[in-house]
Amino acid sequence: MRLSRRGKILLRAAVALALAFIYIPLLVIVVEAFNSSRILKWPPPGFTFSWFGKAFESDSAREALVTSIEAGVVAMLIAITLGTLIALAVGRRRFFGRDTISFLVVLPIALPGIVTGVALSNTFTQVLGISLSLMTVIVGHATFCIVVVYNNVVARLRRTSGSFEEASADLGADPWQTFRWVTFPSLRSALGAGALLAFALSFDEIIVTNFTIGAGEETLPIWIYHNLFRPKELPVVPAVAVILIILSIIPVYLAHRLSSDDAGLTPGRGGGAAPTAAPAAIAEAEATAAH
Amino acid sequence: MATDAVIVKRSAGRRLAGFFNGRPRLQIGSLLAAPMAWLVILYLGSLVVLLITAFWTVDPLSGSVIKELSWQNFEELVNVPVYREIVWRTVRTAALVTITDALIAFPIAFYMAKVAGRKTKAALVVAVLMPLWASYLVKIIAWRAILAEHGVLNWALEPIGLHGPGTGVASVWLVMSYLWLPYMILPIFAGLERIPDSLIAASEDLGAHPFTTFRKVILPLSFPAVVAGSIFTFSLTLGDYLAPKLVSNEQFIGTSIFDSITNNQPFAAAFALVPIVVVIAYLGVARKLGAFEHV
Repeated sequence: MRLSRRGKILLRAAVALALAFIYIPLLVIVVEAFNSSRILKWPPPGFTFSWFGKAFESDSAREALVTSIEAGVVAMLIAITLGTLIALAVGRRRFFGRDTISFLVVLPIALPGIVTGVALSNTFTQVLGISLSLMTVIVGHATFCIVVVYNNVVARLRRTSGSFEEASADLGADPWQTFRWVTFPSLRSALGAGALLAFALSFDEIIVTNFTIGAGEETLPIWIYHNLFRPKELPVVPAVAVILIILSIIPVYLAHRLSSDDAGLTPGRGGGAAPTAAPAAIAEAEATAAH
Repeated sequence: MATDAVIVKRSAGRRLAGFFNGRPRLQIGSLLAAPMAWLVILYLGSLVVLLITAFWTVDPLSGSVIKELSWQNFEELVNVPVYREIVWRTVRTAALVTITDALIAFPIAFYMAKVAGRKTKAALVVAVLMPLWASYLVKIIAWRAILAEHGVLNWALEPIGLHGPGTGVASVWLVMSYLWLPYMILPIFAGLERIPDSLIAASEDLGAHPFTTFRKVILPLSFPAVVAGSIFTFSLTLGDYLAPKLVSNEQFIGTSIFDSITNNQPFAAAFALVPIVVVIAYLGVARKLGAFEHV
């Protein structure tokens, strides 16, 4: 669009302001991580690396990290299995109720996280009589991770033709052979991207986790949350936060490389997402967002 | 006889294939059995249980749950002024966050979609998407550092004699606007991308002032995308409890649910239905405004 000089300057200023709004808080937390003072005071009186050392030395932080990885891996495996099964049914076949199923898959991430959290915790404790533990956390995470695997796999299935599978069957392969040698190789990178996103979503999740976790257990986000209220540990929190920001770049970068030809890169609630094809991204952005 | 030999050699897998062949319902059924058991029984089941639990009550003396249906929780929600005020405060904040995000998001989305060159556009898309990946909790903690009494905001405002919002509602408004901004930028960007440049050029060629082009061409065509973005900003604000808990002393729907879950689960369940109802109502309005062609 043709804009006057003044219009262009005004527009650029608005863009710069928006970017400043987006990035200043992230900069603040980075500076805070090096703050030499125990208390929060701006500008920091001096700088130190010691909080990072303390973060690495903290046993509770390390335990929480292990717990988070455990929860993320198991939730991811469940989500891969269930999400792929649904994608194979929805992406390759026509049947009554197909739209309902795609709606059902999105629902756990579309509803506010607090609703999912209250509903699951309520069912576990009031109806099933299960006490909350890491297992209940995993069940919750797997439920809303299904959608990211499903989205990635179904997008890939839409772009590949079912005729390869028919050819394989015509040539005498049994269903397992067809899946192993034809379907799976074409899905591999989509599955990889979906798995990474599911892990990242689970790793960052706190809203549902807070409602479904057992009393003595902590995932890393829960550890951060608890330490906000422990003055002794508080100064370590920004350092852990910065480590988390750096760590979060890895799965995103990998997922982006795996699915750079797909529109399927999206975040979940609170979590991220990121496609080059914005419209598809947005639909999936919902996923991240809802929590 | 040759045929016989072949039949003998048929693997278990192929016999299975023969069994499934021509039985499409069985195929679909076996693909969907496990995932549907999970999503329908566990998840939808939980939502149904939530609905039922909302009608239970808690014995005030023993603290145990009385599993008999009653309207008590809902009567309390409607009749107790504190709860009405909490719902109203949350809805008001969600609306304010939505308007704020739309105002911040539109210029940058417009610049990305219609003004920037190819490279700048790609860089801006990444710049907007990156923060989505940073931990949600980390972002709230950053805002705690900004909003604290001796934090960045008060330090910046002091020379001009102003003071930040402290732990008031305005802090929640700021943090929520921050958290959900990318969810507003992306749909608007996508919506603006879909407007053909030729329409804008036609308006310009016919002599319209850029402002007129904006008001009469761009805004009407991109409005459904703004509404689509508002679904995210509105419903995410409505259901959040950590941001209000960590930067404010005010009660919101989410914090009230969170606080009542330990000693009054039925009341928490009833309160959790409030955001669902409001979101559904909002989705109805959004559909009328054409938002769903954009999601």
